[in-house]
Amino acid sequence: MHKSWWKITAVVLLVYTIVGGFLMDVPRLFILNESIRNLYFHVSMWFTMMILFCVSLVYSIKYLRTQKYRNDVFASAFAGTGTFMGLLGYATGAVWANYTWVTDQGQSLSNILKEPKLLGAGIAILIYCAYFVLRGSFTDIDKRARVTAVYNIFAFAMLFPTIWIIPRLVGSLHPGAPGSESGNPALNFNDIDSRLRMVFYPAVLGWTLLAVWISTIKIRIKLLSDKSLL
Amino acid sequence: MKKLFLAFLLLATNILLFASSAAAQAEQPEMADAMRSNGKIYVVVAVCLIILFGLIGYVIRIDRKLSKLEKQSRD
Repeated sequence: MHKSWWKITAVVLLVYTIVGGFLMDVPRLFILNESIRNLYFHVSMWFTMMILFCVSLVYSIKYLRTQKYRNDVFASAFAGTGTFMGLLGYATGAVWANYTWVTDQGQSLSNILKEPKLLGAGIAILIYCAYFVLRGSFTDIDKRARVTAVYNIFAFAMLFPTIWIIPRLVGSLHPGAPGSESGNPALNFNDIDSRLRMVFYPAVLGWTLLAVWISTIKIRIKLLSDKSLL
Repeated sequence: MKKLFLAFLLLATNILLFASSAAAQAEQPEMADAMRSNGKIYVVVAVCLIILFGLIGYVIRIDRKLSKLEKQSRD
């Protein structure tokens, strides 16, 4: 394996995430209890998704500037892994919310299904799914690369209103939204506990590196199979 | 191997003692102290580590195979 130092870093950080994440001390909070440890897993999935989408955006812009097919391969691989991490984040969030949002304090399932953060994240992931539908609908490689690069920029621009802005405007049960102080005593990133930070930041880095590793494998496969085109 | 096991056991009991002394403190939100005092949280950690190592080993294998293929197509 060439350039393996960051791959080793990824493995070390992930082992630390699991060992430290399960065994180290965490703040004692009502309702959340031990499930606060999900911070190291569920939240880092979304961080990884955001980072990979940013990288994908950079390569899409690079493609539009240089018209090099290589950049298109990079952009689509990072967007693909990013969408996958987003789906994992959504699935883990569904499990977590099921045990912490549906409590005996009057929250009902219909409230949770109307949750703006869930709808926003769903829309964001669907927009990125449409990116792959769009990619599949072209037969001409240059046209596909150009049109999907532009679409990728649009998708990235839609990501911010759907997952960051709207849930904060309308209030949400999800931590970080204005309604959450009343409904959910979850952590606020302004005063996130230092014990959580000690595992959380390495966890984000570890999961991101793993996702980048998988993306590079996808890129190398694509570059190898399209060698005649390059 | 036996020595390693013994060392691990000592470490585990050490952590156990810490956990039980923490549990003896005044009323606080309920955490998994009971689970830890049985030592079974380590089972979960072991399972997760096996899964992680399995996945990473799989990725490494794919990476290696791909490197070989790249080398073949280069020459």
